[in-house]
Amino acid sequence: MSRHPRLWLGATLWLATLPAQANWAVNMSPGATEVSRSVFDLHMTIFWICVVIGVVVFGAMFWSMLMHRRSQGQQPAQFHEHTWVEILWTIVPFVILVLMAVPATRTLIDIYDNSESDLDIQITGYQWKWHYKYLGQDVEFFSNLATPRTQIDNQAPKDEHYLLEVDNPLVVPVGAKVRFLVTAADVIHSWWVPALAVKKDAIPGFVNEAWTRIEQPGIYRGQCTELCGKDHGFMPVVVEAKSAEDYAAWLAERKAVALAEKELTGKEWTFDELMARGEQAYQTNCAACHQPTGEGMPPVFPALKGSAIATGPKEGHLAIVLNGKPGTAMAAFGKQLSEVDLAAIITFERNAWGNKVGDLVTPQDIAAFKQAQE
Amino acid sequence: MSAVIDSHGHAHGPARGLMRWVLTTNHKDIGTMYLVFSFAMFLFGGSMAMVIRAELFQPGLQIVQPEFFNQMTTMHGLVMVFGAVMPAFVGLANWMIPLMIGAPDMALPRMNNFSFWLLPAAFGLLASTLFMEGGGPNFGWTFYAPLSTTYAPESVTFFIFAVHLMGISSIMGAINVIATVLNLRAPGLTLMQMPLFVWTWLITAFLLIAVMPVLAGVVTMMLMDIHFGTSFFSAAGGGDPVLFQHVFWFFGHPEVYIMILPAFGAVSAIIPTFSRKPLFGYTSMVYATGAIAFLSFIVWAHHMFTVGIPLTGELFFMYATMLIAVPTGVKVFNWASTMWRGSLSFEAPMLFAVAFVILFTIGGFSGLMLAIAPADFQYHDTYFVVAHFHYVLVPGAIFGIFASAYYWLPKWTGHMYDETLAKLHFWLSFVGMNLAFFPMHFVGLAGMPRRIPDYNLMFANFNMVSSIGAFLFGATQLLFLFIVIKCVRGGPVAAAKPWDGAHGLEWTVPSPAPYHTFQTPPEVDERSRLH
Amino acid sequence: MSDSVDTRRLVLRLLLAVTVMFGFGFALVPIYDVMCQAFGINGKTAGAYSGSQQVDEARTVRVQFLATNAAGMVWSFAPQQDELSVHPGASNQMLFVVHNPTDRPMTAQAIPSVAPSKAAAFFHKTECFCFTQQVLQPGERIEMPVRFIVDRDLPADVRHLTLGYTLFDISERQPPLAQHAAN
Repeated sequence: MSRHPRLWLGATLWLATLPAQANWAVNMSPGATEVSRSVFDLHMTIFWICVVIGVVVFGAMFWSMLMHRRSQGQQPAQFHEHTWVEILWTIVPFVILVLMAVPATRTLIDIYDNSESDLDIQITGYQWKWHYKYLGQDVEFFSNLATPRTQIDNQAPKDEHYLLEVDNPLVVPVGAKVRFLVTAADVIHSWWVPALAVKKDAIPGFVNEAWTRIEQPGIYRGQCTELCGKDHGFMPVVVEAKSAEDYAAWLAERKAVALAEKELTGKEWTFDELMARGEQAYQTNCAACHQPTGEGMPPVFPALKGSAIATGPKEGHLAIVLNGKPGTAMAAFGKQLSEVDLAAIITFERNAWGNKVGDLVTPQDIAAFKQAQE
Repeated sequence: MSAVIDSHGHAHGPARGLMRWVLTTNHKDIGTMYLVFSFAMFLFGGSMAMVIRAELFQPGLQIVQPEFFNQMTTMHGLVMVFGAVMPAFVGLANWMIPLMIGAPDMALPRMNNFSFWLLPAAFGLLASTLFMEGGGPNFGWTFYAPLSTTYAPESVTFFIFAVHLMGISSIMGAINVIATVLNLRAPGLTLMQMPLFVWTWLITAFLLIAVMPVLAGVVTMMLMDIHFGTSFFSAAGGGDPVLFQHVFWFFGHPEVYIMILPAFGAVSAIIPTFSRKPLFGYTSMVYATGAIAFLSFIVWAHHMFTVGIPLTGELFFMYATMLIAVPTGVKVFNWASTMWRGSLSFEAPMLFAVAFVILFTIGGFSGLMLAIAPADFQYHDTYFVVAHFHYVLVPGAIFGIFASAYYWLPKWTGHMYDETLAKLHFWLSFVGMNLAFFPMHFVGLAGMPRRIPDYNLMFANFNMVSSIGAFLFGATQLLFLFIVIKCVRGGPVAAAKPWDGAHGLEWTVPSPAPYHTFQTPPEVDERSRLH
Repeated sequence: MSDSVDTRRLVLRLLLAVTVMFGFGFALVPIYDVMCQAFGINGKTAGAYSGSQQVDEARTVRVQFLATNAAGMVWSFAPQQDELSVHPGASNQMLFVVHNPTDRPMTAQAIPSVAPSKAAAFFHKTECFCFTQQVLQPGERIEMPVRFIVDRDLPADVRHLTLGYTLFDISERQPPLAQHAAN
C-alpha cells in the first residue's frame, strides 16, 4: 500500500467526492415529504443494522480464513454443536427483528392515513401515458413523454431530464394533502415518484388510494414501475409542486386553455397549418405504435403508409381514430384529444409518407362527425 | 409401476451410441444429461443477458428495440430459472443422492428418463416462440395478467404449453427424489444421518410437489381466459388481475427456495470437507431448512406490497417475511462456526462455497430490507430488487452449483480438474459478478425501474460498470466449459476419496463411479459418519 | 426389490398430492373472492344488499364517484354529480349517464371498486347497473342508477370514500343483438 501513496491518495479523493457526483448517486434521496423522510430513515436504520451484523459475521469468517488455515499447520477442532450458542443466535436476531418492526409498523400506519384531503386527483394509466383528472375541477389531461425521438435514437444530445420529461406535468399545491385515486384502462401500471415515496399499482377495474403532502415547490420526477408492454420505459411521471397562489393561477390558465382549444375548432385552418400541427400531435400520440415513418410494426401495429383506411374515404378514417378498433391495440382517441388535434392528425396521416389523398379534415368535420353520432 | 423398479440382476456397462442416452435409465447417465442440458441453457439464458447488458451499456436505444428487449428479459428469466438452475439441481440429485444413501439407482428410473427428455421439448418450444409472428413472451418471467392474456402476443399459448411440460418434468423429478430417499436408503441409514444435501433436496422435492401444480393451474387459467372465454383474470368478466399475482406468488415464493435449498445442502457438505471439521449444528440445519420451507408458504404477498393490500395484510406479510431471517441466520452462523478453528484450505469448491455464504448473506440483507413494507414502496420493481435476487441466485444457486461441480467432478470423471484454471474461473466470476450486480443496488436506490430498455443519464455510469461486469462474468463461463471438457478428457487420476476431509458413502466407491454402484447395499450403522 | 410395493404406494400418494394441489390452485379463486369480500381486499364490493339500517343523522360521509372507460370503450360515461354527502344507514341514489356514439349496438359491463379498500365491506349496493350487462343501440343514451347504503359501522376514521366504475366493452364476448332479444 505504502509503495504507491499517490495512487491511494487519488483513489481516496475520488471516492470521497462520489456522493457529490450526481451520476454516481448510490443512495435513495430523503425526498420532499414527511412520509418520504420517515421511509428514508427506516431504510438507513435497516441498512446500518445489516452492516453491523455483516461486519460481525463476515469478520468471524475472515478471521477463520486468515488464522485457521491448514497451510499454517492449524489442527482442526472437532466441536460440532453448542446448545446455548445456538439458542442465543436464534433469539438475538429475533429480538433485532422485533426492534426493526416497530418503526416500520409506525410508518406503515402513517401511510395508510385516511384523513380528509384537500385535493383529489384521479390517475389513470394507459399504454403508455398517464391521465390526470382533477376531481370536481373540470380539469383533465394526458401526460406524455416529451423527450424527442431523436435523443432516444442517439441523433441528438440527451437532455438532463432525458426520458423524465412530459408535455403536461401533474401540478399540485404545496402544503395540501393531495389524494390520488389510481387506476388503469388497459394493463397494470404503477405510479411512482421517489421523492414522494408514493408507489401505487394502477390496476384495470380497481381504484387504489395514495396520498402525499409536498412541502417545497419543485419538480419531482418518477417513472412507471410495472412492466406494461413495449414502451414501459417511456412513460415518466412529473409532478410540479407550486405555491397555493401559483397553483390557483395555473388552474385558471388550464381552464382557459381548454376553452381556447375548443374555440380553435371554429378557426379557419389552412392545409399547411394542419399538417404542421398534425405532425407534432402524431409524434406524441401515434408514433409509438405506428412509428414516425408510418410503417408501423406489423402484425400488431399496422402501417398507415399506403393503408386502405388512411387513403380511403374520410368517414372510415375518422371512425377508427375517434372510436378505436375493438379487440386490437387501437384506442379510441375521440375523447382523449381535442377536435383540432384529431383533425390535424387525420389530415397529416392522409397526406404524409407518400399518402396523397390531398383532402383536408377540419376541426369542424370532427365536430360534425361527433354530432352525427349523438 | 412395479415394473419400473427393474433391478438388473447382472451388472453391465452402458449401451453404445446415441441410444445409450435416449433410452438410458441409469441415474448417472441421466444426471449427466441434466447437467449438460442445464449448462447449455445457462449459456443460452446468459447470452440473452449479454444482449440486455449491451443495450443498457449506454443510455439511448442502440442494439435492440423495446419489444425485443422485453422478450430478452422475459426469456432470460424463464430460461435461467426453469432451464438452468432447476435442472442443474435435479442433475446433481440424480448423480449424488443414490451414491450418498447407498442406493443402486433412483427409485423410478424410467420416469427419470421421461422427466429429463420433456425438458428439451419444453425449451425447444419456448425458444421457437422467438421466431414466431409477434415475437416470444414479452411480459416478464412473472407474466402478470392482463399483459400476458388479453395483451399477449400469439405465441403465449406455446409459452403456456412449455410451462406445463417443465412443470410435469419437475414434479416427476420430485416424486423420484422423495421415493428414492424414503425407500432406497441403505439398511441402517437413518434420516438424521443423511448428508444435508439429501435432506435439503427431500424438502425441496416436497416444495415442488406443493407448488408446481399451482403454477400449472395458473397457466391453465390463463389458457382458458385466452381461448375458452373464462374470466379468471379479466376484470371485464368479473375476474381479477390481482388474483393472478396471488396465485403466481403462491407458487413463486416457494420457488425461490426451491432454487436455493439444494445449494444450502451442497455447501453444507463442502465447507466441513475443506475445514476438516464436522458440520456445526447438523440438527439445527435440518430444522432451519424445514422452517424456511414452511415460512415460504405464508409470505408470498411481500412481492405485492404496492397492489393495494389492506394495512393488516401488509403487516402480516411483513412480519412473516422478516421471520425468515431467523432460520436463514441460523444456517449462516452454522457455516461460519464450521469454519471457526478448522483447518482450512481453499480449493475451488471451497472458494465457491465461502463466496456463496458471504454473497448470499448480502442478498439476504437486501431481502430483509425489502421485507420492510414502507421501504419496499421505494424499492419495489427497481434495480434494487434486480440486485437482490441476482445476489441470491448467482452467488447462491449458481455458485452453489459450481462448488458442487468442482467437488464431485473427480468422482464423475475419475480425473482431477485443473485447479489453477478453476481458481481463475472463481476469481473472474467473483469479480465479474460483483461488478455486474453490486452497482444495481445503487441505480435502484437512485430510482431506476427494472425492465426498461433505456434510462436517464444519472444512471449511466453504474450501468456501464454493470455491463462490463456482466460481460466479464459471461465470458468467464466459457472457461468453465473448457475446464470441464479438459477434466473429462484426462488429468491426474482421482482417488476414490480425493478430498482428505470428506466423509460419506459417495467416497467409498471408486473414481470414476462405476456404471452400477451399490448393487448390494453398503453396511451402515448408527456410528457411521456420513456427512 | 422388496420395497417396490412401498414405492408404488408412495408414488400414488404423491400423485394424489399433486392433483390436490392442482385443484387447490383453482380453489384459490373462490377462496380469494370470499376473502376479498370479507376483508374488502382490493376494494371489491359484494352483490346486492337487501338489509336496511337506521340512519345515523349525526355523521356525514363524502362519497365520490369516478367513471373510467377501459381501453377501447368509446361510450361516454359519467356520473350526474361528482360527489354526494350522505348519512350512514340512509339509502341514496346516483345516476350515471352513458351514450353509445357508434353506429353499432354494443354491450358493456361496469366493474365497481371502492377506495379506501377497508371501506369496501361497509359499502352496500341495493341496486346497481353493474349487476347486469348494458346493451345500447347505435346513438342510444340512458341513465343508469346505483342505489346504496353506507354502513353505520363504517370505521370512524373514514370520512370520505370513492366509488369507481370502469366500463368495459364486452360486445365480442356477449354479442349485443342476441342479448337484446333475450331481454
